[in-house]
Amino acid sequence: MKADPKRVLTGNHFINGNHSATEGAIAAGCTFAAGYPITPSTEIVERIAARFPRVGGVFIQMEDEIASSICLQGGAWAGHKSMTVTSGPGFSLMMEHIGLAAITELPCVFINVQRTGPSTGLPTKVGQADMMQARWGSHGDYEVIALAPSSPQDCFDFTIDCFNLAEEYRTPVFLMSDEMVGHMTEKVVIPEADQIDLLERKFYTGPKPYLPYKPEANGIPLMSKAGMGHHYHITGLTHDDRGYPVLTKEVQETMMERLMGKINDNREKLMRVEEYMMEDADIVLVSYGISFRMAYKAMEMAREKGMKVGLLRMITCWPFPESKIREIAQKVNSMIMVELNYGQMYIEMDRFANAYCKTGLVGSPCGEVHEPEEIFAGIQEIAK
Amino acid sequence: MTTQEVRLGGFGGQGVILAGMILGRAKSIFEDKFATLTQDFGPEARGGAASCAVILSDDPILYPNVFTPDVLLAMSQGAFDKYIGGLKKGGILVIEEDLVNVKEVDPSITIFKCPATRFAEEIGRKIVLNIVMYGFLVAVTGLLSEETARKGVEASIPKGTEKLNFAAFEKGYQYGIEQKAKTG
Amino acid sequence: MAEKKGKKKDPKEWRLEIDAERCKGCGFCVEFCPKETLAMSDGFNSKGYHPPVVAAPDTCTYCDMCEMVCPEFAIYATSETHKKDAHLSDEYVRMDRMPHIWCPGCGIGTVVNCLTKALIDAGIDRDKTQIVSGIGCSGRVAGYVNVDSYHTAHGRAIPFATGLALGAPDQKVIVVSGDGDLTAIGGNHFFHAARRNANLTVICINNFIYGMTGGQVAPTTPETAIAITTPYGAFDQPFNIPFIADSCGADYVSRWTTYHVRHLQNSIKAAIQKDGFSVVEAISPCPTLYGRRNKLGDGLDMMKFYKEAAVRMKKAKHTTADAAIGYQNQILIGNFIDRERPSLVKSMDESLKAKIGDKYVGWPEPI
Repeated sequence: MKADPKRVLTGNHFINGNHSATEGAIAAGCTFAAGYPITPSTEIVERIAARFPRVGGVFIQMEDEIASSICLQGGAWAGHKSMTVTSGPGFSLMMEHIGLAAITELPCVFINVQRTGPSTGLPTKVGQADMMQARWGSHGDYEVIALAPSSPQDCFDFTIDCFNLAEEYRTPVFLMSDEMVGHMTEKVVIPEADQIDLLERKFYTGPKPYLPYKPEANGIPLMSKAGMGHHYHITGLTHDDRGYPVLTKEVQETMMERLMGKINDNREKLMRVEEYMMEDADIVLVSYGISFRMAYKAMEMAREKGMKVGLLRMITCWPFPESKIREIAQKVNSMIMVELNYGQMYIEMDRFANAYCKTGLVGSPCGEVHEPEEIFAGIQEIAK
Repeated sequence: MTTQEVRLGGFGGQGVILAGMILGRAKSIFEDKFATLTQDFGPEARGGAASCAVILSDDPILYPNVFTPDVLLAMSQGAFDKYIGGLKKGGILVIEEDLVNVKEVDPSITIFKCPATRFAEEIGRKIVLNIVMYGFLVAVTGLLSEETARKGVEASIPKGTEKLNFAAFEKGYQYGIEQKAKTG
Repeated sequence: MAEKKGKKKDPKEWRLEIDAERCKGCGFCVEFCPKETLAMSDGFNSKGYHPPVVAAPDTCTYCDMCEMVCPEFAIYATSETHKKDAHLSDEYVRMDRMPHIWCPGCGIGTVVNCLTKALIDAGIDRDKTQIVSGIGCSGRVAGYVNVDSYHTAHGRAIPFATGLALGAPDQKVIVVSGDGDLTAIGGNHFFHAARRNANLTVICINNFIYGMTGGQVAPTTPETAIAITTPYGAFDQPFNIPFIADSCGADYVSRWTTYHVRHLQNSIKAAIQKDGFSVVEAISPCPTLYGRRNKLGDGLDMMKFYKEAAVRMKKAKHTTADAAIGYQNQILIGNFIDRERPSLVKSMDESLKAKIGDKYVGWPEPI
């Protein structure tokens, strides 16, 4: 289906990434949001609070991020497209409920406008050091989907993608933004509503009893919501198709195979990358989010110096584009991850590339984006 | 030159961020080119100082930070002191005449002075001093055409304040044209 | 249909059914039968418990005390004339999941009966009832009630339920959880939901201890009581739940024990009929971990104690501040607070309507 024109602010705007993400969520049909103030994500909930009553939507500022991240799940079971928004310390507090959303297979969106840690760190400065936390932060095994925007325009587009992916896979989806993208103001083109495709929630309409975790052919069960008369049971305990807790290895295995499989089996479909100047490249930079822009600049510098440098941009960071990394690694001399941390996505890249080529990292303690010169120096060092 | 970097600084309440927003909006939307605005957040952005940086370009902008701007607009002494060192050689310095005392600067730098606060008071509302300054800035730098500069203002102000804001823009713009003519 | 008060039931029209296999031999039904109709049998069921027998059928007035107080849903009255052929909680409890996991002499099942009876009496549509629990023994209630039910995360039933109630304001959202879940790990949410007057009913089953994890001290454990993490006696002041709920702004606050099934049922009924935040504290025995360690006997002994120790609060004499519970001391029971503040949904909706006017599009429909 198409977006509701009443919810789409069609036109050209000069707005920051946080406001753009808000407009993306509204256009995507998000009608429930819970949040707690935290720099540098707060502009998103501020705009939601102002806009929701005029377009339709409930926003509540909860007592903390623990509450926000589960309040949104109540909203989602009530039948709303739901989200919460946070940054570093708040994201840490949300971890348990990310696991709950994963095991209960609840479509919902978490936006993390990354700052610098550990702990309170540099609240107003950029970082990309929550990437592994997004993947592994809650206890137990689960798969996630995470997209990284590099511009305010991406914030609009990818937030819509996040909501669609959440519905398609019945899973929490992360927009891994950052302080720089969130606070940066650029032109954002919001298309006509009929140019925006939305994926609607698929509800079970068959005969009773409804089995909340009986998968369809694609491995994903149909949803219900409060008041449909299904009398379903939803639990964070290991459960069978009926949703009843069954605390055995066998049921755990069946549940986990499906939970992991619904993402893993669709890795290729979920993979979104962009390739630049790869045809003749023997050195490939890999980057995502705000760092992609600096890496691009560094690639241009290197090309000017006659070095054959290409660039792979990861839009989907999770699941990790491992087949693409393997494919490139077999063709080039070295691959260099450019990111604002001490090497998080680098670990993943290295895992899939080091059998075939040299790997390196241009990392950062966070706080500021890389100087392109710094990345260029890194290229020269690693490619030596 | 297809890319120009502008740093705008002043006191909180002078409207420097809005001036930067109008500049970026006019360039990216009404000239259909590219603009990226960044601003300081957090404790350092509270307590009186405000600043932002705008990159204007014919090409997509990758690196968003501005350390050595082509143009510095200083509306407070603090902003002047903090950012003058970064201004490029041969760059343009635009100041609020009554609030900034220009100490020694590199002789390659062209200086334009505008008593924007007094002009705004004459127009009737001190609050429009940023629009006066914005008009003056685009006139002396040529960063935008007069037409798109005006459209930028129109798209950025509350409805019902057009008369006041356009008067402020005109005042600043015309004074800028005059000053530029004097400088040659 | 509930029988009219004062109308005597005809014993010829009724008979008591006992599902001996569900029984865990707690003895509540025999002890609290007002007519001494029941007796414990000599025989065992397959789990080794002595189920009750109807020893004196002619004495039974079918008051349904046994049916309400039995935490196992094992005893119930049937009548062809009155078209009752199953337990009063039959429709509301997932009987396919019986026997439940609660210990013999635990009162949680009794609270479930009071809840289901209250829902029936209040005429709440089962399709419009949402039950949310946290984690722990009481947190398992959601798993056994046959309505849309959510067994969420430890301490987080209230914020989950707040989202549910905001997202689906046509639903009756009821939180059933334990004292540790709701007032320790979930304490902050409890305060804020009361402050906001969230559209929720909270039934806090207070057994003074952490049961599921093995008997650790709770924020409700009375001073000097033994818990596994206070082996020399608890030394800090426990929460007085009615006092907290009252001072944070709840619309309705009451406390009963699992012995007081009719009052408990009536208070739950009154609570779920409130629009705003209502709290019913149900003091319930945990013989396995609280009773045994403090040498208070079994579940039945603890129930007998509640009967003796309970003191009805008097409006003129008591406030919620007097409801603090000392070790094996009096338990103040009754309906403490009943007031009307605008609920969260109402205040949010009305405030937006007033401030935004025609531009306010109203409460969003779920997809």
